[in-house]
Amino acid sequence: MNLSVTIGKLKLKNPVMTASGTFGYGEEYSEFIDLNRLGAVVVKGLSLKPKDGNPPPRIIETPGGMLNAIGLQNIGLESFIKDKLPFLRRFHTPVIVNFFGDSIDEYAEAAGRLSSVEGIHGLEMNISCPNKQAGWCIFGTDPKVTSEVVSAVRKSTGLPLIVKLSPNVTDIALMARVAQDAGADAVSLINTITGLAIDIKTRRPKLANITGGLSGPAVKPVAVRMVWEVYRSVKIPVIGMGGIMSSDDAVEFMLAGATAVAVGTANFINPMATIDIIEGVEIYMRDNRVTDVKELTGGMI
Amino acid sequence: MSRYFKAELAENKKLNNAYNLLTFVPFSKPVEPEPGQFFMLGIEGDHDPLLKRPFSLFRRTPRGFQILYRIRGRGTLLMRNLGRGSVIHVLGPLGNSYPMPPKDRTPLIVAGGIGIASVFSLAERLAASKNKAHIYYGARSKGDLLMLNALKKVAKRLSVTTDDGSCGERGCITDILSVFFSDAVSFDVNTLIYACGPRKMLETVAGIAAGKGIEAYVSMEENMACGIGACLGCVVKTVNGHKRVCKEGPVFNAQEIVW
Repeated sequence: MNLSVTIGKLKLKNPVMTASGTFGYGEEYSEFIDLNRLGAVVVKGLSLKPKDGNPPPRIIETPGGMLNAIGLQNIGLESFIKDKLPFLRRFHTPVIVNFFGDSIDEYAEAAGRLSSVEGIHGLEMNISCPNKQAGWCIFGTDPKVTSEVVSAVRKSTGLPLIVKLSPNVTDIALMARVAQDAGADAVSLINTITGLAIDIKTRRPKLANITGGLSGPAVKPVAVRMVWEVYRSVKIPVIGMGGIMSSDDAVEFMLAGATAVAVGTANFINPMATIDIIEGVEIYMRDNRVTDVKELTGGMI
Repeated sequence: MSRYFKAELAENKKLNNAYNLLTFVPFSKPVEPEPGQFFMLGIEGDHDPLLKRPFSLFRRTPRGFQILYRIRGRGTLLMRNLGRGSVIHVLGPLGNSYPMPPKDRTPLIVAGGIGIASVFSLAERLAASKNKAHIYYGARSKGDLLMLNALKKVAKRLSVTTDDGSCGERGCITDILSVFFSDAVSFDVNTLIYACGPRKMLETVAGIAAGKGIEAYVSMEENMACGIGACLGCVVKTVNGHKRVCKEGPVFNAQEIVW
């Protein structure tokens, strides 16, 4: 039974990765699971300089999901390289670093710096956080700007480059094509869907940031639909995510067109979710006489 | 020994209409908790409610752990209906704990409402180390004052207030605390304060402590998703930037919090 997949030139032992922002820098979960078993570890989004993020409250549960407005709080990429990466290097699981900038130059500079160190196997550029200031979202919603920023990053890195797409657009397939044409090796989707929850007693928004990004089982049908749309319109691999709680969900994303999947919110509920999903995919394959997991990609009839 | 385990619900005792005392017994050997730490509890079923809920360790029992909780929303309502023998999913013990006082310090505990759940095991620990705390405990009404008999046993002295005067003195617990501290006879510079309760109460306690130059530790609360420091959802603002309640907390030096 073959579970391995490739994303650009990056070979993964299985298609299950972690979703950025839900798995810290890997360390936090190493007490609960063997990181060596993961297809890849995708770390919390990094920027050139540390960021303190949004004020609390930052999260609120909604039916079947949660809204978050963390605001990309992170330790900055130099601290990551110095303090967090050495730990991840002890494992033979590829490390994919999620990163972002506040300008095209910052994106390119961050990508260049991350490409210069040992132990980083791929980059995922975040152009789709829903909790940044207005104006920032054009990186992921204006095709012209998306093309420019992806091209700039492409020029500054030789690492496999994944572009993480926003669902808060009219045509996500168009955005995926733009990323592909600008040099992306893969696209990952979906980032969270912008949402709002209001306390009807106080009439105040439940999050200090007012709006937040919705994740969890509630978004899954939207995410599966978008993966299916993107899969049909690009040649590069699609990494699917959005509410994956079980191996059934992971298989569903692959049938819609995902080459690999990322597990996010589920980590919060069950720190062993990724391992349960890998094992569940194996059982599905055995039960359904699938010898190569790649057969599942785009397998919807 | 893992901090993620399944446990059997041994008892879900109704204290009154609003509060329950839940006892769970892990199926595997757990990590020993310290006073001030917490557990994330999840009940089996579909994904609604989705996230686990954080609860302070109330008390260690010979075989398991106790959680004292208020029935407040959908999650705790479902929890109240769980019967003996139900299986729950537990993450913990999590977070830091109350630093134990040196022998020459006089511990003083301030609890507001359900905040008593977090400081009870501290009071027990202090009593066991022969350095009982003076406990100040305030709540809205008589029915919100819990485990008073058990508290009396572990307290050097128990001072109680209710907002409506239905038990103890009428008013805020911080009112009688400030009176205590403004009295030159009762004031003791060696006092060490531990507090858990509503944010407003903690802020007042921090103010009183700062005014008297006394060290105070407060247990903070925020909405939480992962409980293990990964999601950065539960931060509080401190003089050193945002800090995670689940990891650097829940217990903070009161002067570190930006109120």
